[in-house]
Amino acid sequence: MSGDPSSLFTETPAVRRKLRQEAVARGILGAMAAVIILPLVLIVGYLLWRAAPSLTVGFLLQPPTHGMRDGGVWPALVGTIYLVFLSLAVSAPIGILAAVYLNEYARENWLNRMINLAVINLAGVPSIVHALFGLGAFVYAARFGCSIISASLTLAIMTLPVIIANTRLALASVPRSFREACWNVGATRWQTIRAVVLPNAVSGILTGIILQVSRAAGETAPIMFTGAVFFKVVRTGTLFPYALQDQCMALSMHLFTLATQVPDVKESIPFATAVVLMGSVLLVNTAAIGLRIYLRSHRKW
Amino acid sequence: MTPDPHIQISDLRLSYGDKEVIHGISFDVFRNEIFGIIGPAQSGKTSLLRCLNRTIDFSPEARITGTIRVDGSDVRKSVEVHDLRRRIGMVAPLPVGLPLSIYDNVAFAPRCSGVRRKSELDVVVERCLRQAALWDEVKDRLDSLGTKLSGGQQQRLTIARALSHQPEILCLDEFSIAIDPVTTMRIEEVLRELRSQMTILLVTNLIQQARRLADRTLFLWQGEVIELNPTAVVFSETPASRKTYDYVNGLFG
Repeated sequence: MSGDPSSLFTETPAVRRKLRQEAVARGILGAMAAVIILPLVLIVGYLLWRAAPSLTVGFLLQPPTHGMRDGGVWPALVGTIYLVFLSLAVSAPIGILAAVYLNEYARENWLNRMINLAVINLAGVPSIVHALFGLGAFVYAARFGCSIISASLTLAIMTLPVIIANTRLALASVPRSFREACWNVGATRWQTIRAVVLPNAVSGILTGIILQVSRAAGETAPIMFTGAVFFKVVRTGTLFPYALQDQCMALSMHLFTLATQVPDVKESIPFATAVVLMGSVLLVNTAAIGLRIYLRSHRKW
Repeated sequence: MTPDPHIQISDLRLSYGDKEVIHGISFDVFRNEIFGIIGPAQSGKTSLLRCLNRTIDFSPEARITGTIRVDGSDVRKSVEVHDLRRRIGMVAPLPVGLPLSIYDNVAFAPRCSGVRRKSELDVVVERCLRQAALWDEVKDRLDSLGTKLSGGQQQRLTIARALSHQPEILCLDEFSIAIDPVTTMRIEEVLRELRSQMTILLVTNLIQQARRLADRTLFLWQGEVIELNPTAVVFSETPASRKTYDYVNGLFG
């Protein structure tokens, strides 16, 4: 660099090159960020457009009619709600509590590492394999038969490892200094967890569970073998038409059968079913995201 | 008056895995003295404090031999470790405001040991915040978050929390590392007042801080005691060890 002070703020070739690189990097990164919106808009837009003729309140509240060729999706919608909530009611408490143990109590030894490895691998098992396991374990061995309870437990097994892995991440993101400060004043591990660790990890834990809502609602394979059926007559006018040992319909399964198994379906019906499936998942997600924003605004550091 | 040993450490050795970091040190700390511990980084000062309140238990690879006695009883045989930790207040180098309200930060320890009555907690919170010279600044916003305070305020909050379980020993581990000189001087005033009520272990990298505050000063170097003498001797022209002279005069370390 020359000692001439006037050269300090002039554009040298090096500066121009640097600025050009900056512009290119920014452009590419921004374009990629914009690109991810595109598929979402296309999918949602296309679905809504094709589904429009069938999208009515009656479609939500009526059972299918005319051999599935007309009518609504009420039994499938309720079935999906049953399956999602029952499976998460099983997997969320077990997963969260197990993760708290593994992250806060268990020593870092070979057993802990084995469990961790098992969790990661279980999370990667394809859902059709979970389906076969559920068929063997719940339908036959436990004699639950093809039922809501078998299907829910299969979905629970499928979502459990992801919930564990995610909860551990959320817990690990709480700074260790908070725990040490609590231990220093004579707090037990449980007092520390309850007062400081869990309140600060809860929004991360919740995120993991939200993601599993959409997964449990969308998976077809695990429930196809264990409890979901092609068609089932349900009583209308009640919020709880199924019993736990019943088989049920589910939106994902219903969509599959409409699209591949039933001839001459009115064209808009499968699309409308997809919109309902997506809409109900989005509804749950929105509620949970709202809760998360609320909790995060109360986050304390 | 014969000095009354409050903490007795004899032949304490500590290793993490294969690496020994404290090599068999022995000394006594007297009741109601300010006991300075100086020494460069990696000399085992913090590990020593962690042995004392047994938070070393959270490092599974740590191995300890020798004994640490508080009031004559071996801390490693202490049945109720949480009781032991309540008898020892611990202030870490970096301020840690727990993500709770200022009130709850101070009331946390009493609550953990079963105090539930609001009136009792109010008394403790006010006493500790006053002792930590923080009361006047926060008395009108006790329900705002401890983590929103400035660094110096958070460190005084940390001290208030360490006092909230009425410890008989207060350990400060380089408490002034993250705070400004004015706040440091205020806390030093507080420590001089607290001496009548408790024994204070002051680990510090600021040699002059030990000189200002400590009754006796221990020079710890690479896990060994180089010298333990009244502070006036340690900082004199003729301490017992040449190394001490070099260290306190900034010739190394």
